[in-house]
Amino acid sequence: MTGTAIAALTAAGLVLLVAGVLLGRVLERRAAGPDLDLGTPVERATFHTLHTASLAAPPLRAGLTEDTARKAVRRLRPLLGTEALCLADRRSVLAWDGPGRDHHEQLVMARVAQMLDSGRSQSVQSECEDPQCPLRWAVIAPLTGEEGVLGALVAHGSRESAVLVRAATEVARWVSVQLELAELDRSRTRLIEAEIRALRAQISPHFIFNSLAAIASFVRTDPERARELLLEFADFTRYSFRRHGEFTTLADELRSIEQYLALAGARFGDRLKLTLQIAPEVLPVALPFLCLQPLVENAVKHGLEDSPGVCRITIAAQDAGAEAMVTIEDSGVGMDPAVLRRILAGERTGSSGIGLSNVDERLRQVYGDDHGLVIETGVGAGMKITVRVPKYRAGVHSSPGCRGPGGAD
Amino acid sequence: MNQAYAVTAVAAVVLATLLIGGLGLRISRTTSDFYVASRTVNPGLNAAAISGEYLSAASFLGIAGLVLLQGPDMLWYPVGYTAGYLVLLVLVAAPLRRSGAYTLSDFAEARLESAAARRIASLFVVGIGWLYLLPQLQGAGLTLEILTGAPGWAGGVIVALVVAGAVAAGGMRSITFVQAFQYWLKLTALLVPALFLIAAWTGDDAPRARFDAPAVLREHTEVRIDDTVRIELDRPLTLTVSGSVDGQEHHGRALTLAEGGHRVGAGTVLGLPAGARVPTRVTSEADPASWSQPLSAGDGHGLYATYGLILATFLGTMGLPHVAVRFYTSPDGRAARRTILAVLGMVGVFYLLPPVYGALGRIYAPELALTGDADAAVLVLPERIIGGTAGELLGALLAAGAFAAFLSTASGLTMSVAGVISQDVLPSRGVRHFRLATLLAMAVPLAVSVVATHVPVADAVGLAFAVSASSFCPLLVLGIWWRRLTPPGAVAGLIVGGGSALTAVMATRAGIAPEGWAHTLMAWPAVWSVPLGFLTMIAVSLATARRLPPGVDATLARLHLPEDLTGRHRPEGPERPEGAGR
Repeated sequence: MTGTAIAALTAAGLVLLVAGVLLGRVLERRAAGPDLDLGTPVERATFHTLHTASLAAPPLRAGLTEDTARKAVRRLRPLLGTEALCLADRRSVLAWDGPGRDHHEQLVMARVAQMLDSGRSQSVQSECEDPQCPLRWAVIAPLTGEEGVLGALVAHGSRESAVLVRAATEVARWVSVQLELAELDRSRTRLIEAEIRALRAQISPHFIFNSLAAIASFVRTDPERARELLLEFADFTRYSFRRHGEFTTLADELRSIEQYLALAGARFGDRLKLTLQIAPEVLPVALPFLCLQPLVENAVKHGLEDSPGVCRITIAAQDAGAEAMVTIEDSGVGMDPAVLRRILAGERTGSSGIGLSNVDERLRQVYGDDHGLVIETGVGAGMKITVRVPKYRAGVHSSPGCRGPGGAD
Repeated sequence: MNQAYAVTAVAAVVLATLLIGGLGLRISRTTSDFYVASRTVNPGLNAAAISGEYLSAASFLGIAGLVLLQGPDMLWYPVGYTAGYLVLLVLVAAPLRRSGAYTLSDFAEARLESAAARRIASLFVVGIGWLYLLPQLQGAGLTLEILTGAPGWAGGVIVALVVAGAVAAGGMRSITFVQAFQYWLKLTALLVPALFLIAAWTGDDAPRARFDAPAVLREHTEVRIDDTVRIELDRPLTLTVSGSVDGQEHHGRALTLAEGGHRVGAGTVLGLPAGARVPTRVTSEADPASWSQPLSAGDGHGLYATYGLILATFLGTMGLPHVAVRFYTSPDGRAARRTILAVLGMVGVFYLLPPVYGALGRIYAPELALTGDADAAVLVLPERIIGGTAGELLGALLAAGAFAAFLSTASGLTMSVAGVISQDVLPSRGVRHFRLATLLAMAVPLAVSVVATHVPVADAVGLAFAVSASSFCPLLVLGIWWRRLTPPGAVAGLIVGGGSALTAVMATRAGIAPEGWAHTLMAWPAVWSVPLGFLTMIAVSLATARRLPPGVDATLARLHLPEDLTGRHRPEGPERPEGAGR
């Protein structure tokens, strides 16, 4: 190898390495908050307070538990500058930062019980029998959530002080806001879970009726086919009504689509033309449960229920580096893009709308905004839906179904 | 060599690769064969794909060349390349699959829950990928040069264009089938000519290759020396020279060179008589081939270098970016383990063949040691031993196999490097960015391969293994088997272990390493850099025990428990009855 090439190669390697290290450092420093700030002392104190408060926020956003309280109380005590700080729920002390937990815990819980009845903050003498103990006064402030008082913040000081009362009350109010946000997060999750359940429930009546009617038509003429369809129907409903796991694999999802299409094929006969192109590399990809099946259902609705002709549905899953690309295409009636936009924005809930917007929302929630549905359509021009699923995303793990198709075992 | 056959064979391989890559999807048109189309890749197919991707130019050409040059010591290369999978099978395969990670950066993120660790891991993935791509492109250049006389850079450019074009245009939509096809092609391309060559060799009264003394020419041979070299003679040699020797011009005259060193100018043609010993090429510090020399030297350096090679190849396989991504194709951890077991068999069978070519090359084409083109031994042997149309056809088959080797490894590497670049380096994501990343992934090694001169391929690949063994081996082994690994520990270990190996390797290839033991230490860094990486990771992790990722217990449980324990619950309602077939 020539000297210049070597030099270039070495330099490139070193530059890459150094750049990576520096980048890491810079980001770290940004996270830790720089001290080279130019404000006045008052401003600096404000920034410091805001920064400390922001550090305490993330644990509290997960709700009030022993673990989150322990993390939060460490950050909050410097904010108040008290001897000891304690967070309690309605029954027990969750976390205590500072001395005196051993002999004060009982006293504090008795006070908290009083406070829970009144719902107001109190400043009381701690009645400690140990003269050496610095915890002479306690300020007890309520932590409120949507459903009333959740617990209490107890700040101990060495003397009675209006400043401490004021500060403790304000901090308690701030903590309450964080806890309300936590509740909001939880209810949002519950809402999405409810939507998934609604989606499952939505499949059933319409689809079950049509499927059973189609199966019934075969019972006399072709009993063997009727039996097979019934088994497909059983498998399909078992998958759709599965209770556990937010994620599944592409292989399992395709299996459910296969059963769905077998049943649709029984109903529509030769009108349904199907093409499937699968790159087997992407079959183990984990993706949100029931995020493709509604799209196929949508294609069947547009192609077969809303139009009298023959419809070709193409389902393709391709490997694209660190992502899998799934496209579902139908040659049906299509849709006005403006209407579609309204459906995706959640402004209009038509019969086919809830499926699309629910899938879109869940994909965005799991993978970020640039992984929503991409839909190409026009009136009379069919519809092509593209989904890009990253092969790996932190926190996305499939819980395999009971019958992985063609798995090694 | 007949160019028409060879060019046809190479073109056929390129065409077949593109066709299978573009059209090899499983397609079904009725619901009844839907089931077959949506079946996951079975361990046999996946193993063939891994082997196809793994058996690169270093295996197809390089090992035979090194055996020709330096004898049986070099068999540690195929042993190491294979045994790496044993370590992979025992320690890494199933947990890596269960982690759900696609790239090694994903694994770092999944296990350590740290963006910094992910970034550093991505840097190493790209670095190792480029180090590994470089010799593939250079090997392609050498092959095409021998086959058609095209300039040395042309082959590399062709491979780069085909691979980058196919990957970027979405032509590698089904890379598993392509790679599996290439494995069987490579095996056939090496096996069939080997059988013919061995038959011809037995018909020739089975002469023995001698590795303990200089090789002896069997017939009068004209050797063209392309670069200025020093040769060492241990006894006087009479030969004809057209060109310059020791600074004097000669024109096809018979000449007797005395014992000792002589300088042969570039472009000189030496005519060596039958029975002459092939002069030894003396290496200088500027010669990149020199640092593979200690392995066969008789002193302590040789033993050290052998251990360096063993450590690098045994532990480096698990950190190769294109091998790691293929685990994702297995449906679960158990299938991943079975796959690797099958890979061990397939790779093992393949590696029986290159040493045969090396030994035959020592007998029939020893002058390659003098010209420095020992990597070409595999390609020239059929013509040399069998000759005629049969020899040319077999040569064309070998050329096809060699091109399959470049294409498969290069496409696998490009896919995985481009995946990491598009995810972690380029700002936004999307299909267009993946194309851009593909071009970037290929452009850098291509540029370096065009400006850099030739290095023995097996050695160059060995460097990538050394870096991988010092960075990803500690990360994977400790990440999977040691609960207390922390993000700062992993980052420090990657930078210290992998970084020092990378620096040593670069310094060696740049020729700026000092002589003697220091040189040996830097040419074979794995012996010290792998323990260094492990120790740094452990020490820093223990010092930063508070930074343990919060989800570590859940992560480790997922890595080690079989999937059916962690995820599968009994379904509600009865199972589908037995025999309810479709």
